[in-house]
Amino acid sequence: MTPDLECADLVKRFGDTTAVDNVSFSVPPGSFFSILGPSGCGKTTIMRMIAGFLDPTSGDIRIKGGSVLDTPPNKRPVNMVFQHLALFPMMTIADNIGYGLRRQKMPKDQIARKVDEALDRIGLPGIGGRKVDELSGGQKQRVAIARCMVLEPDVLLLDEPLGALDLKLREHMKVELKALQAAFDTTFVYITHDQSEALVMSDQIAVMNAGRFEQVGTGQDLYYRPDTPFVAGFIGEANRWKGRIERAEGSALEMRTETGLAMRATATGTLSPGDTAEIFVRPESIRLAATAEALSAFDNQLQGTVTSILFNGAASRVLVQDSVGETLEVTLPQSGEFANLKRGDTLHIGWGAAQATCFAVAA
Amino acid sequence: MIPTIPSSRSFRLIYGGYVLLFFLYLALPLTVVAVFAFNDSQFPSLPWEGFTWNWFFGDTRPQIGVFHERGILRAVGTSGFVAACVALLSVSVGTTNAFLFNRYEFRGKGALYVLMLLPLVVPGIVLGISILVFSSTLANGMWDLAQMDIQALRPGLLLVILGQFSFITTIATLVITARLQKFDRTLEDAALNLGATRLTAVRTITIPFLMPAMIGAVVVAFLMSFENFNTTLMLVGSDAPLTIAMFDRLKEGSTPLLNAVSLLLMLGSSLLALVVILFQRR
Amino acid sequence: MRLHARIGFILLLTPLVLWLGLLIVIPHIDMLLISLRERISFGVYETSTTHYQKALTEPLYLRTFWRTAVMSVLATAITLLIAFPVAYYIAKMAKGRLQQVLFMLCLIPFYVSELVRTFGWMILLRETGLISNLLQWAGLADQPVEMLYTDAAMMVGLVYTSMLFMVVPLVTTLESLDDSVVEAGYDLGGNGLSVLREIIIPHAMPGIVSGCIVVFMLSLGNYLTPTMLGGKDSLWFTEMIYNQFIVRSNWELGATFGFMLLVLSSVIVWGMLRLTGRTLQETMG
Repeated sequence: MTPDLECADLVKRFGDTTAVDNVSFSVPPGSFFSILGPSGCGKTTIMRMIAGFLDPTSGDIRIKGGSVLDTPPNKRPVNMVFQHLALFPMMTIADNIGYGLRRQKMPKDQIARKVDEALDRIGLPGIGGRKVDELSGGQKQRVAIARCMVLEPDVLLLDEPLGALDLKLREHMKVELKALQAAFDTTFVYITHDQSEALVMSDQIAVMNAGRFEQVGTGQDLYYRPDTPFVAGFIGEANRWKGRIERAEGSALEMRTETGLAMRATATGTLSPGDTAEIFVRPESIRLAATAEALSAFDNQLQGTVTSILFNGAASRVLVQDSVGETLEVTLPQSGEFANLKRGDTLHIGWGAAQATCFAVAA
Repeated sequence: MIPTIPSSRSFRLIYGGYVLLFFLYLALPLTVVAVFAFNDSQFPSLPWEGFTWNWFFGDTRPQIGVFHERGILRAVGTSGFVAACVALLSVSVGTTNAFLFNRYEFRGKGALYVLMLLPLVVPGIVLGISILVFSSTLANGMWDLAQMDIQALRPGLLLVILGQFSFITTIATLVITARLQKFDRTLEDAALNLGATRLTAVRTITIPFLMPAMIGAVVVAFLMSFENFNTTLMLVGSDAPLTIAMFDRLKEGSTPLLNAVSLLLMLGSSLLALVVILFQRR
Repeated sequence: MRLHARIGFILLLTPLVLWLGLLIVIPHIDMLLISLRERISFGVYETSTTHYQKALTEPLYLRTFWRTAVMSVLATAITLLIAFPVAYYIAKMAKGRLQQVLFMLCLIPFYVSELVRTFGWMILLRETGLISNLLQWAGLADQPVEMLYTDAAMMVGLVYTSMLFMVVPLVTTLESLDDSVVEAGYDLGGNGLSVLREIIIPHAMPGIVSGCIVVFMLSLGNYLTPTMLGGKDSLWFTEMIYNQFIVRSNWELGATFGFMLLVLSSVIVWGMLRLTGRTLQETMG
């Protein structure tokens, strides 16, 4: 099957800075593809090149197999939901949604019918006569999507459209966007710096950093099997240790941290004794226990004192200081077992080597 | 049609050319006025008779320069006096107006605000004649009533000042109101909280905040008064401000003397504008 | 209102009322009264509409009145057409420093008196002027060409003199148009023309209206440009007012003309506001 969107060796330079550095990817039809990265990583540049507002320095962009480099933005079969939506404030909602259809010289009655259908589809029937500023944030969002979808684009680009919404609404819109994508059965390319948006909605996520794609995969891939230290640090949170590899058997490793602790971990890539490396362990993969015996099954065990409890409902953490003075973040289970935990208590913690991911560090 | 939308090279060239042409159109009349101030001839037109400073510094006929021409110098003085009075008056009243519209809610406020804007949409010449008519009604009334002849109510500097003040105040009010609207009222509350009286709070906190706008308004008012023609024309007496004096000479036929005066005016007002820009940047 | 607030209110209200009352409202009422009286003999007056009848029947007056109105509308339209692309260029095409410099360049000519600007055009357009010489030099004319004292010369002057008041409001409104709105227009299939028609012009409407109102007012009330650049037989309405007041000392008829000019400008301003559904506050304030 031809991918809906394909970028090949895409490069964009602004003067001396390379905003997008040799990026290639393809998006299969009907999927939800996200580009996730910190601000300034080049994700907006990619999106604007796909939409046609920027010319790539080199490389190719193909939509349904055909290159669109010579197609101006108003002729490309892609549409874009802008960061601040860019609804036309001088028009009614119906005129906004009908704008692209009018450009196609569609007869008036047909436009009206299509607009009504689109409004039904986004669950806002009968609001066509209203002005843009009479709508709520979530409604505007849906109108911005409908305005593109009536044109039946091959690819819909979304540029952090949830950024301006408040937290509650954002959570709600994540679910709704995913549902809209399924309903329209169109390829969505979504860019964001918010990992939760990307993880919840996407079929495939590309993590981008400094103009390059670090890893492309499903949410589970990125979370459980990060390819690079950047991905391990960017997706979710992690306790980190730097050190030197002492033993290596296949992917099983033992590392001596800079503070002198011995740790077992699993290698990503090849690592051999003497290499400098970094271990990542997620707070939620560390087990808490009152006694050392309860943790005997774990490859790594430490003892420490509680320095602080960060209560945050389901996401509560406890800060534990180990014997060499490092502070670790550990997820606090809400099963009642540790309900009486307080500052100064002594605790045992442990985790398996499989949960500790180890990467080589450039010396 | 914004830089991110691809457009053809020829379109960009034509567009850029048009904008260039526009700026040539803007610059052309002022440039010729400036250049012919240095023409060593009786007429500010071709042929070019050579370069001279005489129209600025000359003291012998027929080339008497600006700095030796009594009539022009007196007119500059008159204009300066009028402009200073108008600037002072209109900015004072503009400031009180700004406080009134910003701080008080009262019946008829909207109507009064619209009324305040009207002087901007009344043609200057009509403003001039209405004040002329009214002041002479007053003067005649005083004569009939008490046999007093009040010279101040006859065409002259007082009427010129009042006539210009009547519409420049609207502009001063708008400039100062715009700035006052940006003022955070809690700053004044904080001053009160720290022991200032209401008036001291305004004097020490609000007025310094308004200062850039007030100075800007003074300069704008000064320039507008200095350049005003229409309203002044109807109210002028025997002391002619500069624009009127130049107009009278222009009707008789122009010499490069007028170019020299114009060039000095351009330099003066650009200098004033520059001072304001520098002041506001700081 | 508490006492000291009340005193403050009255202190602030007084200058405003004095200014508007003594210099705007009462003088205009007085002008209306003067225009409505007829001099019977020395010191004896009677109320009548005879001056209005005269102004509305005398062909010269009527013709001048309509000519002034039509020419002012024309000057406004030309100014808008010339200014719009330039304002758009400054607001949307030029970026950073260039944008600031171009905007400043637009302002500079208007720091200078209207008289100087008009004088500049006289030097350019007169028979012995620069353009005439240029045409002869280029071989396009074989004798001096007089371009001064024509309607075209007057139009050039009118447009020039009010350009700033069109460019500034246009730049201000166009600057507030978000680039992404224009991009969205293209992204959804629009081309230059349709984006201009459906997005840019509707967005710029407030600026267009306030620019047009101010330029129209300035043209209508202009005295210098028609006097200095216009032809001897093409009177401007302000010239008639001046003539009645200063030359003929017929204040009654002059006041009548003044009032007619006021009504004309008010009607046009009101009509434009009405047409675009805006208020004077929004447009001027």
